Amino acid sequence: MEAHPANLPPVSAAPRAGIRLPGLGTGLGRGMVVLYLSLMVLLPLAAVVDESLASGLDSFWNAVSGDRSVAALKLTIVCSLIVVAINAVFGTIIAWVLVRDDFPGKGAVNALIDLPFALPTIVAGLTLLTLYGSESPIGLNVAFTRVAIVMALCFITLPFVVRSVQPLLMEMDREMEEASTSLGASGFTTFRRVIFPNLLPGIVAGVMLAFARALGEYGSLILISGNIPFETEVSSVFIRSQIETGNESGAAAVSVVLLALSVVMLIAVSLIARSGRHSKNGRLRNAVNRVISRSQMGGGP
Amino acid sequence: MTPTAPAKWGLRGLAFGYLGLLLLAPVGMIFYKTFEHGFGPPWEAMTSPEALHAIQLTLLMVAVAVPLNTIFGVGCALLLVRRRWWGNGIIDAIINLPFAISPIVIGLSLYLLYGNDGWFGPTLTEWGFQVLFSWPGMVLASIFVSLPFVVREVVPVLQEIGTEQEQAASTLGANGWQTFWRVTLPAIRWGVAYGIVLTTARVLGEFGAVTIVSGSISGETETLPLYVAKAFEQFQEEAAYAGAIVLALLALTTLLLMSVGGRRAKVSSNPVPSVAEVPVPISNTKEGS
Repeated sequence: MEAHPANLPPVSAAPRAGIRLPGLGTGLGRGMVVLYLSLMVLLPLAAVVDESLASGLDSFWNAVSGDRSVAALKLTIVCSLIVVAINAVFGTIIAWVLVRDDFPGKGAVNALIDLPFALPTIVAGLTLLTLYGSESPIGLNVAFTRVAIVMALCFITLPFVVRSVQPLLMEMDREMEEASTSLGASGFTTFRRVIFPNLLPGIVAGVMLAFARALGEYGSLILISGNIPFETEVSSVFIRSQIETGNESGAAAVSVVLLALSVVMLIAVSLIARSGRHSKNGRLRNAVNRVISRSQMGGGP
Repeated sequence: MTPTAPAKWGLRGLAFGYLGLLLLAPVGMIFYKTFEHGFGPPWEAMTSPEALHAIQLTLLMVAVAVPLNTIFGVGCALLLVRRRWWGNGIIDAIINLPFAISPIVIGLSLYLLYGNDGWFGPTLTEWGFQVLFSWPGMVLASIFVSLPFVVREVVPVLQEIGTEQEQAASTLGANGWQTFWRVTLPAIRWGVAYGIVLTTARVLGEFGAVTIVSGSISGETETLPLYVAKAFEQFQEEAAYAGAIVLALLALTTLLLMSVGGRRAKVSSNPVPSVAEVPVPISNTKEGS
């Protein structure tokens, strides 16, 4: 009886839950997605956390608080802080020039801003070495120093603040600035009291993303930093040397610290992007999402 | 605020100076160094057996990782946007993880899983699978690092296009696959394309994670970025620069594709009817007559 066409339910019957899409309605698709994510991402990460705690919390703490790992973590965090400070200033200036200024070739400059995101990290490091390495044609050799680390991280993180601030600047109401100027405020006062507060969420979001990226950076530093323990060895390089010497639990412990720091940063950024007066039109959130996605092309964080 | 002339030139100078010293001059320099003695030496370096093998292996990474992540990405985006489920928030958070993790940590995680005393390593070795220090491990690393791109690019597009057309298709009797192929996929194609470009770029250039799992065995498990690093460390600067230029050109191509794709995406989401849509009423009248 069921086979008789007349008894079949009309084809156009609306699906009970949302739209009928292949596989997903049956739960098979959902299962595949969860399985793929678990196999590719969750299991490996669980192995790191497990390894770091395999011999107890004490050995975890010992591995993290060892002289060399503390020196590496300190260097990584201090360099990253210096880098994001530089980024905050120059990123905002570059965004300003790209939005408010007009000059021939602006489109090309704007497109080039993303180059550090697209360039593989190993190429980024090599590129800086050709100009600022031992064969520097301008006699400026910073290779194997901490300056080189800051320089490489500045290169890698250049677009973060620019791309987070740009949409906010474009959207900003010029009338506010004009009102401020007509009421007698100087250019700097207008910037400090009117423009800066409007751009601040973008600057903060960009800075945090850049910080998260700088913390884990590896490829661009490996050739230029020299990897000298206690001198120019950042955490990611330290982790690698621990793997190579067979100290896997030590490597895993420092990895968990890095992991925790970057995950906190990422959560904080998404909270900033979601809250505040910019949430209405989602400009900052869109910008942040786009920056996160673009920032990963060439490698990183 | 219209800055005064000196302020304007000051800002311009700072911006160009910073960009020039940090970005343009070094990139220009590496191009100059590569082609200092003409096209011959870099061409020779890139056609050496080792370099060719590195290029082949890099392409293999792309050939496996990109399709897998694309299929997963589209499916996962559909799940996140079109289905309400308690697990969506968790999936959404996990998707972002590969972006937050240092590539070295990703490498370590696979090392711990598939290494000789790892969770799966011994069993897989027994079965005759060599994952670590071999191409399967490198593919897994490539998949891990590039997993979020397609999802991240497709989710906003799916949210934007809404469900009206899909509902119409299904009302008219289309089944799930038909709706997907005829309605949903054409609507999200630029998002998917964008995601594929980004995934490919990342897989081509991945260094940190692949370094750990590959063992970087020359002529066997060396991708192009690993080849560049090793050549430089062994003072074969010409080979290193040549490899770097190939990767840099691929990066520039990525940027170009993205700016073209971005423009196309804007055009296709434009509510004003485009030229292609104008003939529609004419064909309607033909049918009516």
